[in-house]
Amino acid sequence: MASASDESLSFNVAEATRLTEHAPPLANENAHGSGNAAAPARSAHGNLRRWHLAGLALPVALLALIEVLVRTNVVPDHLLPAPSTIVLTLWQMGATRLARHIAASTLRVLAGFGIGAVLALILGAAMGLSRRFEALLEPCFQALRSIPSLAWVPVLLLWMGIDEAPKITLIAIGAFFPVHLSVVAGIRGVDRKLVELGAIYRLTPAALFRRILLPAALPQIFTGLRTGLSLAWMFMVAAELIAATRGLGYMLSDGRETGRPDLVFGAIILLAILGKLSDGGMRWLENSVLGWRDAFDAYADQARVGEKR
Amino acid sequence: MSASDHPPLLEVHVEAKHYAARTVLDHLSLRIGHGEIVSLVGPSGCGKSTLLRIVAGLDRQYHGEVHVNGTPLNGPSPQIGVIFQEPRLLPWLTVADNVGFEAGSGGGRDPRVAQLLAEVGLAGQEYTLPKALSGGMAQRVAIARGLFSQPDLLLLDEPFSAVDAMTRMRLQALLLSVARAHGTAALLVTHDLDEALYLSDRVLLMAAAPGRIDREYRVARPRPRDRRDPVLADLRAQLLERLDAFEAV
Repeated sequence: MASASDESLSFNVAEATRLTEHAPPLANENAHGSGNAAAPARSAHGNLRRWHLAGLALPVALLALIEVLVRTNVVPDHLLPAPSTIVLTLWQMGATRLARHIAASTLRVLAGFGIGAVLALILGAAMGLSRRFEALLEPCFQALRSIPSLAWVPVLLLWMGIDEAPKITLIAIGAFFPVHLSVVAGIRGVDRKLVELGAIYRLTPAALFRRILLPAALPQIFTGLRTGLSLAWMFMVAAELIAATRGLGYMLSDGRETGRPDLVFGAIILLAILGKLSDGGMRWLENSVLGWRDAFDAYADQARVGEKR
Repeated sequence: MSASDHPPLLEVHVEAKHYAARTVLDHLSLRIGHGEIVSLVGPSGCGKSTLLRIVAGLDRQYHGEVHVNGTPLNGPSPQIGVIFQEPRLLPWLTVADNVGFEAGSGGGRDPRVAQLLAEVGLAGQEYTLPKALSGGMAQRVAIARGLFSQPDLLLLDEPFSAVDAMTRMRLQALLLSVARAHGTAALLVTHDLDEALYLSDRVLLMAAAPGRIDREYRVARPRPRDRRDPVLADLRAQLLERLDAFEAV
């Protein structure tokens, strides 16, 4: 068993090196004692950090530029209001009104995305598992997929009126297809060797799905979920532009009708923030669920170092 | 090794196995006793791996019969553990959950898992994810997983061909020690003659087109064996001579 400890020792050294490479503060503290081996890697990392900071500074600089251009009347403010005006408008709307719009839109997105994604998971799993089921349904889905989702708007209005139902349905349709595609492709793409392992352990079809196919397909499913979520926001705006009395889409059309670009841009900025937040949340979920992936991914690497420290 | 009044651990009679029009295996018989270690060697394409898949219960499209402890084999059996060429660990499960996979989702908590990990020299690695393991360590986990169901027979398909020479020798010694400790028999497919001679009680040389067992070599040397043993070298020469004869045909 001495051989075993040798092997795990060398492994620990490699692991330690990797940790110091990715954790600059730690490496700095140890710099006196340890060699210079990690130094080039550290400076490369620091270099990249500077680019990340520049990436964050760029939108701020752009906003400042717009502010200056508008204030100096180079750009007329009925086309593009100054960022400070937009912020002021949002401020004047008050927290409760703003929260009502945001809540209305967010709830629609959550409901529509939830319904669409769950249906897509169920149908996608069924079609991924059964060739017969796929043969039966795939032509229908191909046809449905090729209909631009916005073409459903008049149909939904005819069938369901102008209440919440058509909006949530439209969002669900938008979210459904990318998730569905990713589930089918994810299950079909599972390594045959892992399925064989399931056979060796005599797994029932249900256990094979739960213990091998689903976890193996999860990375691809998450990609589909993220696409689906961003489409859900898109269709929420479409739905609210058409008929709504609340929500960010309503804010957009209200701003246009009353000739208030500050309202329009305020809604756009809120949409950007909400979309970014929801995608960030999804990505956080993805990284915490899929921490086992051994992939080249900067975010996962950082998260991994954080875990180990 | 095998007790005379019991049926042999494994009894294989394959009359024929076809892939499309090609006959892959033809009139092949094989017996393995309890605790016996047997290697299958032969030129590539002789059906070694196909035979192993049949014994594993993964391939049922053949004419013939396989009996384990006297009962006919219908599909994969808990009495047979399988170790593949690559570790084939599930990357989303910890080392412990991989080893205890057979016991269900929380299989890593089974007390046997820690014991098996200690046996393969990986004590304390229960919560490590496969991505952090070296090739040799991953294959150790696969060996522990293969032993988890306490099988009577381990099937190994070129299990050490993907690791470096030093690791391979350690893993071979490990396989011998765990096989002895558990009284497990092993059927090993390999292309490495030294490995076959070092590990096995018997080496079966297979011939190709159609696949059949050509000769049997008994390796009647006590363990632990010396890899430089002249008896092993002599058997190796005989095997090579026979393999060369195949090439000449």
